[in-house]
Amino acid sequence: MAVCIAVIAKENCPLYIRSVPTQGELKFHYTVHTSLDVVEEKISGVGKALADQRELYLGLLYPTEDYKVYGYVTNSKVKFVIVVDSSNTSLRDNEIRSMFRKLHNSFTDVMCNPFYNPGDPIQSKAFDSIVSTMMVQAC
Amino acid sequence: MAAVQAGLPVRLESIAGELPLPVFVGITNELEMRYPNQPLTNESQSHILGSVAGSAPRPPADRPVLRHPDTSMDKLEAWSPPQSPGISPPRSPSAYRSYPYGAQRNGTDTLLVHDAKVPGRPSVPQENSSPSHYSVKLQPEQPVITRVASVERLVERLEVDYSDDPWRITEEQREYYTNQFRSLQPDLSALIMGTVAKNFFTKSKLPIPELSHIWELSDVDKDGALTFPEFCTAFHLIVARKNGYPLPETLPATLRPGFVEAGVVTAPPSEATLPLIVFDENMMPGANQLKMGSVDLQGTSRPGVTAKQEARDESRKPEFSPKRIPEPHEKTIQHVSTLKPDSPQELDANMKSRTRPRSYSSTSIDDAMKKVEEPPTPPPRPQKTHSRASSLDLNKLFQQSGQGSRPSQHSLSAKSGWLPPPPALPPRPPATQIFSFLPGSEKSSQKAVQQPNFADFSKFREEESSLRGLSTEDLTPPKSESTVVHQGHAPQKPVRRKLHPESQSATPPSATPYSAATLTKSTQRPPPKQKREIQMAIRKNRETNAVLTRLNSELQQQLKVVHRERVTLESQLELPRPVTST
Repeated sequence: MAVCIAVIAKENCPLYIRSVPTQGELKFHYTVHTSLDVVEEKISGVGKALADQRELYLGLLYPTEDYKVYGYVTNSKVKFVIVVDSSNTSLRDNEIRSMFRKLHNSFTDVMCNPFYNPGDPIQSKAFDSIVSTMMVQAC
Repeated sequence: MAAVQAGLPVRLESIAGELPLPVFVGITNELEMRYPNQPLTNESQSHILGSVAGSAPRPPADRPVLRHPDTSMDKLEAWSPPQSPGISPPRSPSAYRSYPYGAQRNGTDTLLVHDAKVPGRPSVPQENSSPSHYSVKLQPEQPVITRVASVERLVERLEVDYSDDPWRITEEQREYYTNQFRSLQPDLSALIMGTVAKNFFTKSKLPIPELSHIWELSDVDKDGALTFPEFCTAFHLIVARKNGYPLPETLPATLRPGFVEAGVVTAPPSEATLPLIVFDENMMPGANQLKMGSVDLQGTSRPGVTAKQEARDESRKPEFSPKRIPEPHEKTIQHVSTLKPDSPQELDANMKSRTRPRSYSSTSIDDAMKKVEEPPTPPPRPQKTHSRASSLDLNKLFQQSGQGSRPSQHSLSAKSGWLPPPPALPPRPPATQIFSFLPGSEKSSQKAVQQPNFADFSKFREEESSLRGLSTEDLTPPKSESTVVHQGHAPQKPVRRKLHPESQSATPPSATPYSAATLTKSTQRPPPKQKREIQMAIRKNRETNAVLTRLNSELQQQLKVVHRERVTLESQLELPRPVTST
């Protein structure tokens, strides 16, 4: 369902970006980058660090005419951004949440790998496969 | 892939074949058919399987076989099998060893079949395996023949086995992995933390992304720690990668920790229950695990397969633990379970483990050591042995070390002789062995081995020098030079002889400690023996050199004396002339 999925580290450096239409990658990169401001705004707004998944799920960050951007932040301030094509029948909120949940789980698996240094680009094939399943659906 | 599946079932079948159970024979037929198909194509495989199924009432078996072929086929395709010939020679003796039964023969056959590189073989093994199975039914003689053939092919098969199915952990490998696991975590049921495992696997000198990928494959529960099955899987993947096999995208079926547990989880009744029960009874007492498996098995063949897997799993667990008794039981169960490709593989491991327990003496250590050596650098291994040019020595070492535990493993022992030295050196020898390059490790081991030799040699030198002193004294009269020389030789020779027997005597005691089953010690002993032999030869040469030099010095002394005499005589006889004496 997603057109673009990105994982941004705590320091706002990208760990993983994958777009479905490869030609418009730059546009999605720019979109994700601008969405970080919204994410920061939402995070800073929350006073307490509740470990509630609803707190983690930021919901629709901002819609444009072409697509919608959803955000999700983990307890360690790692941000997941999903860009969904607006032309798609609007996905239900639960579906977006489930997508973020899957992303979070696979990201945790990547983190569990002792050979992965936090801050490195995510090169895990398992993570790629999960992301691909979510994006293939979009196509 | 199918070969792997078939291999395991074949082995099991062979064992089953020994037991006159028609049900199993049918299964074995299917399995046999399977692996012939494997070399062909998956499609043919499935087709043949279907046909085979008709022969034997094992439709469920097809499914596991098909399933495995899918995974295995992918794997086969993924492999551009660079066979590691180095691995095969050492492996063959081990394989030979581990399959004393007819299963051994079958395993070789299946392995041969699997070996794509040797397409000619599959036909032969198939024939052998099939007749072996049929022989169970009809002619008991054939199994003997097949066994002989299989034995002959053991070397090949081992090569094939390893090259065709690098994702299957052999018994020796599993033992090695167990030792490695224990070095990191004494409790086999505990977990190895991620950082500990990371440091350990980093020593393999594989690139971090590959290690990361291996970790992802092997850590199935995603807990950031490795259980023992996960550790074995990871280790095996590293070994395979170091041997040049490309990493798979998904975990091979044979490496999944659930592989063992699959049978346990499913306890469906199967028709094989009866045979299993029979086997249990026939097998050994105390096969509680087997009995459990047999009880669970009732009904369809597939459940039987699963039950077999259970038995295998159970047997597997004992494998992990230093229990050897249950393994034989497991083998019987293995016979029963032929359908599931995973189970056959398990069974093979069990079978191997079964054979292992018998020879679980120094040889097992050697095998373990060898195993360690084999995966990382197969090619250098044979070279090393050849470089030594002491295949005989290796055999001697093996004989000395093995104490005749496994006569068939001469080649192995020879090779194992090479292997042990490296591990013996550092505190965690196997790790260093595997991860460090063999040549380096061997050299280090050689140096270590040479140290005692140097000590021995120094003794010899001292004696030699003492002998020289005696001989020089005898050389005072010029006429008696020759005689003195001979005398000098004579005393030296006996000294040499003494030294040699000393060295040789040293080796037997070293051999005995070797059998003590201490990794470091055992590893050092075989090479020292080889070294001793070489040292002895070196000593002999040095002795001769010493003798010759001594002779030379003596002769020169005498020459000087003669010159003096000549000068004096000339001065006496002739007019005082300036005589230049040289």
